[in-house]
Amino acid sequence: MTTSRTADILAYLRRNPRLAVGLVILTGILLFSGIGSLTVNAKLARPLSAPPFKPPSLQYPFGTDKFGRNMLAAMIVGTPLTLQVGLIAGVLGVSIATVLAFASAYYGGWFDTVIRWVVDVGLTIPSIMLLIMIAIVVRDITITQMALVVASTAWLWPTRTMRSQVLSLKERGYVELARLSGMSGLEIILKELMPNLIPIIVANLVSTIASAILATIGLEALGLGPSEIPTLGRIIYWVIIYSGVLQGYWWWWVPPIVIIVLIFLGLFLASTGLDEIANPRLRRVA
Amino acid sequence: MTAKYVINRLVFVVVVIWSATTINFFLPRISGQDPIRERIAKQMSGGSGAYQQGGAAEEIIKEYNRQFGLDKPLWLQYLNYLGNLVRFDFGKSIPNYPTQVSTIIGAGLPWTVGLLGVTTLLSVVIGSLFGALVAWKRSVAWLQFLAGPLMALSAIPYYLLGLILLFLFAYGLRWFPGNGGYSFTAVPNWSWTFAWDVVQHLVLPALSVILSAVGFWAVGMRGNMVTVEGEDFMTLAEAKGLKPTTLFFRYAFRNTLLPQVTSLALALGYVLSGSILVEVVFGLPGIGSTLFEAIKGVDYPVIQGIVFTIILSLTVSILILDLTLPILDPRIQYGEA
Repeated sequence: MTTSRTADILAYLRRNPRLAVGLVILTGILLFSGIGSLTVNAKLARPLSAPPFKPPSLQYPFGTDKFGRNMLAAMIVGTPLTLQVGLIAGVLGVSIATVLAFASAYYGGWFDTVIRWVVDVGLTIPSIMLLIMIAIVVRDITITQMALVVASTAWLWPTRTMRSQVLSLKERGYVELARLSGMSGLEIILKELMPNLIPIIVANLVSTIASAILATIGLEALGLGPSEIPTLGRIIYWVIIYSGVLQGYWWWWVPPIVIIVLIFLGLFLASTGLDEIANPRLRRVA
Repeated sequence: MTAKYVINRLVFVVVVIWSATTINFFLPRISGQDPIRERIAKQMSGGSGAYQQGGAAEEIIKEYNRQFGLDKPLWLQYLNYLGNLVRFDFGKSIPNYPTQVSTIIGAGLPWTVGLLGVTTLLSVVIGSLFGALVAWKRSVAWLQFLAGPLMALSAIPYYLLGLILLFLFAYGLRWFPGNGGYSFTAVPNWSWTFAWDVVQHLVLPALSVILSAVGFWAVGMRGNMVTVEGEDFMTLAEAKGLKPTTLFFRYAFRNTLLPQVTSLALALGYVLSGSILVEVVFGLPGIGSTLFEAIKGVDYPVIQGIVFTIILSLTVSILILDLTLPILDPRIQYGEA
């Protein structure tokens, strides 16, 4: 069983190189910060731990920034923090969305009307504007608070997509049969609908995490994140306000940009690869 | 297009704007902050002599609260706030005290509208043409190879692409200026030399938006094009022996444009928020840079004013798109459902 399951997954990945490449990139980033945190002293990510503006060398592989941070250490400390915010916000957002989508689509009525309006209104307002409004009133924001702020808008889009999926699923024959055989609403949701929705939930999770990370980095780059921690977006903020690009300190902004681009590329490839699972009509004949 | 549909859209716009402003009003108040007390305390610790006498601070705080209307009951403050917003009165900036927020926003608006208008138009046109050509079975093979990298570019936020372009073309090659909307020595006036100066400053920011947006439009267009190519009228037109260019533009391309207009309504918010940091990266004096400075200087009135302006202009643009779509496509029956 396990071997055939593994073989299935491998066969799927071979047919679906995008998902495979995406997963390889994401694993690479996790390995970088994982192995890095074991081998490089995190204290070096603090200001004044090295002379400022040293170009990359054997001693400082990624160079040092204006404040005397070892950029390699800063990347190793900052990358998981940014990922963490995106991950918490994405998981929270999709969990909220799953509950709301089921409640709203399955039970309908006034609750459905309210949810539909809130989602429509919320999606019309650019989420970064809502996030700015929330983030400016939280002083000295922590990583967890940051995740909560980002989660406050992350549930809107998955709620809309999953609600329409549940709407179409609940009209199927087997759901009707379950209802006639006396299953309660909650039982139908958990036993009949949920298993069919899992691929869609997973696909939504990947895209929600991607947009949560995008929003996180955007907020940090606007100066609205935690102020002393070298998160990826915060480094971009420092580079912008101290015009690091025009002064030629390329090693200051190349590492965060490379990591951010790799994160997005990995998530983008993984989510287009997952589309095939979520939407079996796209599935090619093997 | 029925009257019911129009009314429905109008009510929706009002609800969107009202919700945003209400959140904007109540969030700072439930967060339990007292900006005036904090500011006075900061100035006292800064050692301004006038504040040093004990008891004076309380008087000053009371006076400021009275001036900003904060001593009135909450519902009255809320009504005043809504009334002021309707008249575009966002109050005065805190760091640049007597300047009206609306003046500050008015100064930045032309830059943002100009940059976004031009880049959105260009990226929709280029992206749509490109996406259509990629899907078109008669087009050349190298186009297909461009499709991958362009789609990958669309996964990168505008401002990061901006940083890279800034380094390559402003710092490295020195082809374009890297900072500001015009040269330090230039005097803003209506002359060709000044216009040329501005254009040179806008090339890089525009390019960073267009490069990453083109992929988005191309992906949507490719899907539409594949659908249209399978339609019966295409087979008929082909059987009639029409020229390939006529087939492409008159038969296929025209019919794929409508879904792009719908996507425009969805994408505008993303374009707007993405361009904030592009302006900051290139030092353009638009709304985005103003917002960035206001966040840095904790200038609440300016932040709130800009957030309101952006949400208002976005919802109004979406309303216009919603109302023009049924005119563009008579097949759509709105308001019946």
